[in-house]
Amino acid sequence: MGASDFSSLPHIGEALKRKEDYRFLTGAGSYTDDINLPHQSHAVFVRSPHAHAAIKSIDTARAEAMPGVTKVFTGKDVEGKMGGLPCGWLITSTDGTPMKEPPHPILAQGKVRYVGDHVAMVVADTVEQAKNAAEAVEVDYEVLPAVVDLRDLAGAPKEAALHEAAPDNHCYKWAIGDKAQVDAAFAKAAHVTRLDLTNNRLIPNAMEPRAAIGSYNRASDEYTLYVSNQNPHVERLLMTAFVLGLPEHKVRVIAPDVGGGFGSKIFLYAEDVALTWAARQLNRSIKWTAERSESFVSDAHGRDHVSHAEMAMDKDGKFLAMRVHTDANLGAYLSTFSTAVPTILYATLLAGQYTCPQIYVEVDAWFTNTAPVDAYRGAGRPEATYLLERLVSRCGWELGLSQDEIRKRNFITSWPYQTPVALQYDVGDYRACMDKAEQLADVAGFAARRAASEAKGLKRGIGYSSYIEACGIAPSNIAGALGARAGLFECGEVRVHPTGSVTVFTGSHSHGQGHETTFAQVVAARLGLSPEQVDVVHGDTGRVPFGMGTYGSRSISVGGAAIMRALDKIETKAKKIAAHLMEASDADVEFANGEFTVKGTDKKVTFGQVALTAYVPHNYPLDKLEPGLNETAFYDPTNFTFPAGTYICEVEIDPATGTTRVDRFTAVDDFGTIINPMIVEGQVHGGLVQGIGQALLENCVYDRDTGQLLTGSFMDYAMPRADDFPEFKIGTVCTPCTHNPLGTKGCGEAGAIGSPPAVINAVLDALHPLGVKEFDMPASPSRVWEAIQAAK
Amino acid sequence: MQVQFKVNGKPASVDVPPNTLLVHALREHLQLTGTHVGCDTAQCGACTVLVNGRAIKSCNTLAAQQQGAEITTIEGLAQPDGTMHPMQAAFKDCHGLQCGFCTPGMVMSAVDLCKNHPGAGETEIRELLEGNICRCTGYQNIVKAVQQGQRAMAAA
Repeated sequence: MGASDFSSLPHIGEALKRKEDYRFLTGAGSYTDDINLPHQSHAVFVRSPHAHAAIKSIDTARAEAMPGVTKVFTGKDVEGKMGGLPCGWLITSTDGTPMKEPPHPILAQGKVRYVGDHVAMVVADTVEQAKNAAEAVEVDYEVLPAVVDLRDLAGAPKEAALHEAAPDNHCYKWAIGDKAQVDAAFAKAAHVTRLDLTNNRLIPNAMEPRAAIGSYNRASDEYTLYVSNQNPHVERLLMTAFVLGLPEHKVRVIAPDVGGGFGSKIFLYAEDVALTWAARQLNRSIKWTAERSESFVSDAHGRDHVSHAEMAMDKDGKFLAMRVHTDANLGAYLSTFSTAVPTILYATLLAGQYTCPQIYVEVDAWFTNTAPVDAYRGAGRPEATYLLERLVSRCGWELGLSQDEIRKRNFITSWPYQTPVALQYDVGDYRACMDKAEQLADVAGFAARRAASEAKGLKRGIGYSSYIEACGIAPSNIAGALGARAGLFECGEVRVHPTGSVTVFTGSHSHGQGHETTFAQVVAARLGLSPEQVDVVHGDTGRVPFGMGTYGSRSISVGGAAIMRALDKIETKAKKIAAHLMEASDADVEFANGEFTVKGTDKKVTFGQVALTAYVPHNYPLDKLEPGLNETAFYDPTNFTFPAGTYICEVEIDPATGTTRVDRFTAVDDFGTIINPMIVEGQVHGGLVQGIGQALLENCVYDRDTGQLLTGSFMDYAMPRADDFPEFKIGTVCTPCTHNPLGTKGCGEAGAIGSPPAVINAVLDALHPLGVKEFDMPASPSRVWEAIQAAK
Repeated sequence: MQVQFKVNGKPASVDVPPNTLLVHALREHLQLTGTHVGCDTAQCGACTVLVNGRAIKSCNTLAAQQQGAEITTIEGLAQPDGTMHPMQAAFKDCHGLQCGFCTPGMVMSAVDLCKNHPGAGETEIRELLEGNICRCTGYQNIVKAVQQGQRAMAAA
């Protein structure tokens, strides 16, 4: 079925209320910490208090003698018994050498490399006993010099080397584009705009802290891991194949209700491995739930780029070439997809929505004594968008062009479009998104609003951002050629029951996205059922055939497409059964609205009759067709999808205090076909608040000398709250994706990708009259006030 | 020590160490796991319950301090036949939840908010929700849900 036929089916585009809400609203959700297994023990991790230190000795004797304590595991216990945490993406440096890939031990081996590094695991009868014993584990550290800030890498003493494999803390130098052609274009440019900027480090802070229960059944030699995770099959694959060397059929990973992920729960973490392994050593279930303070130091962080960008233009402001250098902070170890974020997921997006014929991007990635950095809502694409959209607005300001004019002069206007940085955009309409955004934002009324603000002694600014992202990750062969060590398809199983209701098993995982509703709408639409007749199962390797999970806004476009393929198979088989029942030829049978008919006759049978016949095959072509109606499909996309849009922000700043208020925010997105507009709008809202949160509030700060995390609680790290925002204006444009059967593009990350530059461009627009030309996130009152003072 | 209170309309007794927080008594001793722990600094509000009709953060009080109190958790908000409280229904109707983790605390705060500030407008609602953090919804639909729940509670 094609995307245009699909989008006209019943339930597609319907704002159906969510099937999952009742359990969440009545306290009946089942998150990992809500689960308790019989006779379970509790684990607490001893974590490094130092950013960088050698472990001279660990004495566990006193801790192990404490009441209720079963065992204290240290690096010595795991050494040689398991591998380290693997990195899922190999990046090759410009000189042809592979990235430096130092070991990432499950429990520290002789050294700790960031505050929060996992040193020992204490197992006891209760959490309190484990905590008390953890405090009694004596670790003798020899503190080494730490480097946490990219600016301090040059000139750091040799003792500041984190890993033997990387004596200068350099992981890789990677590049894309034709440098010689870019340099030649710059030589001929009428104008060059330059920009230095920092993309500040963030801490994901899903509201449910990470948690896991490792469990082992000696009778069957089977392991079960309950874990707050976005992709249980990937978790199992990485843990069994790369770390523990266990056969996959003996390990079941269950990701039950998960309280938000935002990327931070994609990864295989040391705690998950340690709990699974120790469950067998101690022959008991072991539970661990992170405290929030522990999440702050031990979850993978996001962003942390420092970049220099240059745009070459002709005299009319047409882009000729772009040159970018980025230093990326990877933290102390390579987390699961960390290496792809500042390269494949970043540099390939730097063409944006523009016809820039030549682009050259060079990335240096570094180890520092900080928590590992990995994918966080948007993963590379927010970093690209922030850089490009800040640069483009500056180009306009320098040439005396408005923010919309500089964009309109450079927009891509025909598709498919091959960018100079590897991607081929299949479809879009960037101008339509901007026009609609300008209308919704009442840009025409901005001048009057600015004058009103001025009259109150306030500075008002407007900021634009026209983002594009690559979602629906990914064609496995392309990802593999680029260094991915896994496939990136998705799997779906459609199980039609004898009475005609359906259970769908998907490899996608919902941790807030509402798949139980959206996927049910897809199946109901195709089979002519009501969504109540369709249940969706996810998050359990014991029930779902296979899966690559949810990240990169891929669920509907890859996971949904796999379900569509399974539905194709269901329809094909059901038509054969219907043909038999109606004594017609297969080719003459048509299926619509849940009914099979024979062309040119009034014969019909319902989907329910066919389902029953499949399982009660008394009158059935048993010689040609198996009984049953249960189909599985894998879908590997042929291209990425390219959601795009324009966001417009208006801020009002009190120059006396630096207080910056977002007064208006408008987002217009092209997500292609939309299954459930209520859910899509909710995804945009959430993304916007994370992006505006980065621009206004959030900032992860390590002490530059000691490497201590200074923003280690909700008292110190400014999370966005309800009173930080106005009501948003949201709109959509629809150009359906051309290469998947739904026409969908994905919507989970757009808000977080597009919004930060819109906010900061608005801040700069407001502060230009005061002489402020440079500004880095976040626009907290003190930083804005300081920028105003510095410009005086 | 033994602590007695009334939870969701029924007498409950727990035998807990004196330093047990109310939230742990609810989750671990009474198996009322709808009340969540999202932080360790009384900032996120995921553990909000009603104590004697007022919303409090159950991570910020000892179980022993609530001896004799009437406590309502998210499990006790719906009617016995499962029909949701108007505020729960409003959250579903307005898509005021995504991952659901902050939701129980958010709903309990919203119930308190509407009882004690029945005339609160959008700005005031946003300010009064300051003690509850949501990472998914961007608060847009939570504010709408509270407004709808407010009208429904006033009409009830």
